This record gives sequence, structure tokens and C-alpha cells, in this order.
Amino acid sequence: MSDFAVELKDVVKTFKTPEGTFINAVDHVNMQIKHGEFFSMLGSSGCGKTTSLRMVAGFEWPTEGEVYIEGQPQGHKPPFQRPVNTVFQSYALFQHMTVYQNIAFGLEMQKAPPNEIKERVGRMLEMVQLSGMERRYPRQLSGGQQQRVALARALVKLPNVLLLDEPLGALDLKLRKEMQLELKAIQQKVGITFIYVTHDQEEALTMSDRIAVMSKGKVLQVGTPVEIYERPNCKFVADFIGTSNFLEGKVKSLEGDKAQVFVPALNAEVKGLVSGTVTVGSQAAISIRPEKIRLADKAALSQNCFEGRIVSSVYIGSDTHLIVEVNGLLLKVWEQNKISSLDPRAYYTVGQSVWLTLFPENTLIMAGE
Amino acid sequence: MLKRLRENKSAQGTLLITPTLIFMVGLLIIPLLLTLIISFGKRSAEGNVIYTFGLHNYMRILGFSHDCPAGQTTCFDPLYAQILWRSISLAFNTTVLVILLAYPLAYFIARSHPSRRNTFLFLVLVPLWTNFVIRVYAWMMLLRTQGLINSVLGWLAGLVGVQFVPFEMLYTPGAVLVGMVYEFLPFMILPIYTSLEKIDNSLYEAAADLGANPLRTFWRVTLPLSMPGVVAGTVLVFVPVMGTFVVSDLLGGKQIILVGNLIQRQFLDARDPTFGSAASLILMVMTLIVMYFYTRKFGFGEEIVAA
Repeated sequence: MSDFAVELKDVVKTFKTPEGTFINAVDHVNMQIKHGEFFSMLGSSGCGKTTSLRMVAGFEWPTEGEVYIEGQPQGHKPPFQRPVNTVFQSYALFQHMTVYQNIAFGLEMQKAPPNEIKERVGRMLEMVQLSGMERRYPRQLSGGQQQRVALARALVKLPNVLLLDEPLGALDLKLRKEMQLELKAIQQKVGITFIYVTHDQEEALTMSDRIAVMSKGKVLQVGTPVEIYERPNCKFVADFIGTSNFLEGKVKSLEGDKAQVFVPALNAEVKGLVSGTVTVGSQAAISIRPEKIRLADKAALSQNCFEGRIVSSVYIGSDTHLIVEVNGLLLKVWEQNKISSLDPRAYYTVGQSVWLTLFPENTLIMAGE
Repeated sequence: MLKRLRENKSAQGTLLITPTLIFMVGLLIIPLLLTLIISFGKRSAEGNVIYTFGLHNYMRILGFSHDCPAGQTTCFDPLYAQILWRSISLAFNTTVLVILLAYPLAYFIARSHPSRRNTFLFLVLVPLWTNFVIRVYAWMMLLRTQGLINSVLGWLAGLVGVQFVPFEMLYTPGAVLVGMVYEFLPFMILPIYTSLEKIDNSLYEAAADLGANPLRTFWRVTLPLSMPGVVAGTVLVFVPVMGTFVVSDLLGGKQIILVGNLIQRQFLDARDPTFGSAASLILMVMTLIVMYFYTRKFGFGEEIVAA
């Protein structure tokens, strides 16, 4: 057994635009996906995630580089010779076949014996909770049910790797949440490697073992959901995943994984944790999440504390979302409502003056743009 | 009055279908009933209709002749039955050939680059800009003994120094078949193209992804999904071929007589509208029977109609 279920080595995919110019939809991408892993490619549309997936499936061939599945270079192998199966965004169910026929199709193509087909399709129907629907046609099913048929049809072949191209995109929010948990449970049950393409960061964070954040054809960061959220390696990732406040400055000094950055807008040095790579004297971006800023009546530290004024306060139940103005900068601060109270004075109000503390361990310093 | 109409949904419906209804009753139902009545009548010596009731015209088509050799009261003459059979088999052969020619072309157009599809469809439709009869005449020019095909072949034979005897192509069953196939090809290409074009590319990808090679993808996915187009095209080709008489008249000469020619001659040459009417109704019933069984098996191609 090879080290990785799927490996992309320096893969480039060039497309011709309608204007006649060339564009790298996938630009020197390297990825290593482990066996049994739930791996997500996350990015906005046009970032190259779907093209990368299609190159693993065999619908597209790399312009440069190589895709390996189970250590085998795939070259220009057609999809029907690859040990992977795909769940399509549009489901791509065969409308002229029943649910049973759709799921059995792949097994018939590999010429499995009829009684084996019957048994495996039956088990698969049970797993996706569609038993009793085998004689229906896709048009007689709801969107969620069609999605399950598409999943069962691909999974029944027990591929080494299952590729999922935004499979939940067409479902409504509630169903999507349910299916996220169900997909994850199914993945853990069958133990098959899943490569999941999505533009929904919450979906990626919920389900994935590891996430590759992509932008403009490049992989920016690969890591666990915690790593991606807590230690984004660049401003794009910090901005794309969740919400962040950004300050711009110049690196003054480096000491281990800590750094001092002079922020002209605050006319002060801010101390923080280096996330990614920075050098002394370079432009840096300081990123701090709204829930990680501490509010108090007075300065708690000798450094990283700033006085500000609340310009907006929105109560949203579990939290109060505040915007605090410091030296003309607007910072988002989310305060958890830990005490149950009806007294308006228990909450921050507009015009109130507060001290913000950016604890150095919560303040991330990364390369500026 | 107007206010009452606004509130009365069923009156609105009636009003909306009235123009079509008048048209259908006036130009289809009434003429059809007249044809039925006339078909039971007899021809007078001057070629007029004597209104009686008898099935003699139908008996005659089915072969029970009254013009028998001396000493026999009834006898069997298969002439008209042969004509009916010839029409059905020609319509069948034409349809099969048209499907075989149209499908690959429609497939090619549907899978070609979207920017080129309209050009190809345009080329398919261009011949329809010219009159039907003129196009048949063009085939006469091609197929004649001194026609274009024979001239070219003769010239080629001359080049290599071979003795060339021109082919007799015009006025043969083959000429009629070629003409029919040519005339009705576009009516098969278009519906098949429409149904093929609607097949989402992801279905081909899904089939390949599940292990089907291109040939099996075609048999299991492409062909079944394009059947509505084939069915719709078959109806559009089979029915008119059954009734047409121009192609067989011009390309088949007097040798190839189809039901269409028979009906035309009864009305114009033989001046026996009663027999012509009976033949028309037989043709109609025959076509309906074939189409009934066909559509019961394959449907109406309604997905095409719906598109």
C-alpha cells in the first residue's frame, strides 16, 4: 500500500479563455491525501478546486504534473479505468432508470454476478435509508433523496476514493446540515477516503479531517479545521475562514514565535504570535478574531491595550456584536452574553468608552499583501 | 357582458378554442365525414357520385373483384392489396434508413462545439427552403440515364478506358426510396438532435465514472435517453411517406404505384371519387393502426413535444 490514497504532484491545468488567452485554472498544486481521510478542498468559485477534483476523476488531464492514485501515476487514463467514483453536483442520475437500476449500473459495468449486485444494492439502499424506493424513478424523489441515490450509486462500487463535488449545494439549509452529519457518519462507517469540494467554509470545518484552502489555482494552506481557523498562514485564509480584524504594520523584531509590529494607525507596537512566515522590516498583517478581543474598564496589560468607543452594538442572543472605534479604526468585537439579564446596563451600549485587550497569544502576525 | 365573461372561466375557455374548433370542424371533420359518405357510394357513367350505401369500394380494395372471367361470380385480385403492402413496406424501409442516416449526424451536431451547432442545423434546414417538387426534379436530373451521375461515371470510365453502359436508375424502386429518404431526412435529424442536445454532459461523465466505456455508455445511456427524439421523428417521417405521391410519381414513373398515387388517380384520371375516398380512409386507418401500436410501445416522444 502506498503512503497516500491520492497525491497531486506539481499539477498544472491550463485552459484557453474565449478571448484566446491562456489561464492556469490549477497552478502547480501539490496535495497529499491520506488513506481513510475526509479531505476538503475549500475556496470560492474559480479557485481550481473542481478542476483539481476532475483531474483525479479523469474527466480532465493535467497540462503538467501528475496525479497518483494509490501510488499509481494516472497519466491520461479515462475515468472508467480509475478506482475512484464521483458524486456530482447535479447528481447526474439516469432519468430513464429506477433507483435500483441507477445504483446497480456501476456493478453491472464491472460484470458482477447478479445475486451479488442484488445484495450490494440492497445493503447500499439501507445505508442511505432508501429501502422501499428502489422502483421509483429519480424524478419521483425529493432533492435530498436524489442526493442519496447519487451517493449510493458511487459508493456501491467501493472505490478507493470517493470524490464529491459540492454534493449538498442544491439542498436547503436544514437538509444540508443533516446530510453533513450523515455523510461524515457514512464516511467513518465505510472507511473510504473522501475528497470533498465545497465553497462553504462551515461545511468544510464541520466534516473534514483536513482542509486545503485554495485561491486562484493555488493551494494556500493545508491543515486540520483547528489549524486553519486558529493559525491561518496568510491574510487570505484568515479572511476567508470566519471573521477577522486586520491591522497593517511593519515588523520591528522577532523573538522565537513572537513578533513586535509597529502599527501606524494606532501609533503603537503590537505584540503577537507569528503565523506563517515574516521577516524583520517586512510589511505584516495582524489578524485577531472578534471573539478573542477582551473588553474591560481599564488597561489589563502594559502593551496591546487600546482605549476605544463603542459605535455599534447588536444583540443576537448568544452574543452581542460590537463595533469599537480605536483611533479611527473600526474593530469587530463579539462578547458572549454569559449572564442572563434584562437590565440594558448589563450590555455594552453605543457611546460607551472601553479598553480593548489583544492578548499576544490571540494576536496573529502574518505576511502582509 | 364583459364583466360576466371575466368571471366565467368556462366561457373564457370555450371562447379561446372557438377559432381552432371552427377550423377543425370545417376543414377536417366535415370533409372527413363527406369522404366517408362518398366512399359508400357508386360512380355514375359521367363520373359523378351516386349516393347509396354499399361496401363494394372497400371489397374492391381488399381484392374481391367483380370483373371476373366468364363463369365466375367472385374472384380474387390482389392488385390493390399489393399497392397497400408496397406503401407500408416502403414507408417502413424509408423510416429505418432515415433513422440510420439521421442518428449519427444528429449525434455529431449535438456533440460538436456549441458555436458550430447552429451552422450545422442551418445546413440541415437549407434544402427545405426550396419547394418539395423542385427537389424531386433535381433528383431526376441526377438519376437520369444521361444524368449527372451517369455522366460523371462515364467520364471516369473514359479516363481509365473502360466500356461504360449507363445505369438505369430513374423509375426504379431504388430511386423512389432514395428520394423519400432525402426528402424526409431533416424531419428525423431535428427531433433526434433536440433529444440528444438535452442530455447533460454530466450523464456521460457519470457513466464513464461508473465504469462504462464509450460503447456501453451509448447503449445504456445515450440511446435510451434519445429515444423520444427517434419516436417523434418516426411519426414525422412514417405518416407522410405513407401518403405522399409526388416522389413515387416523378422518380418511380408509372411502375411504382403507392396508395397516394392510387388515390390521386382515382380522383383525377379515373374520375371515381367513391373508390378514391374508400382508399383514402383505408390509408388513414392503416396509418393509425401502425402508429397506435408503435406509440403504445415507445410513447409519443412527448418529452420532445414538451421541450
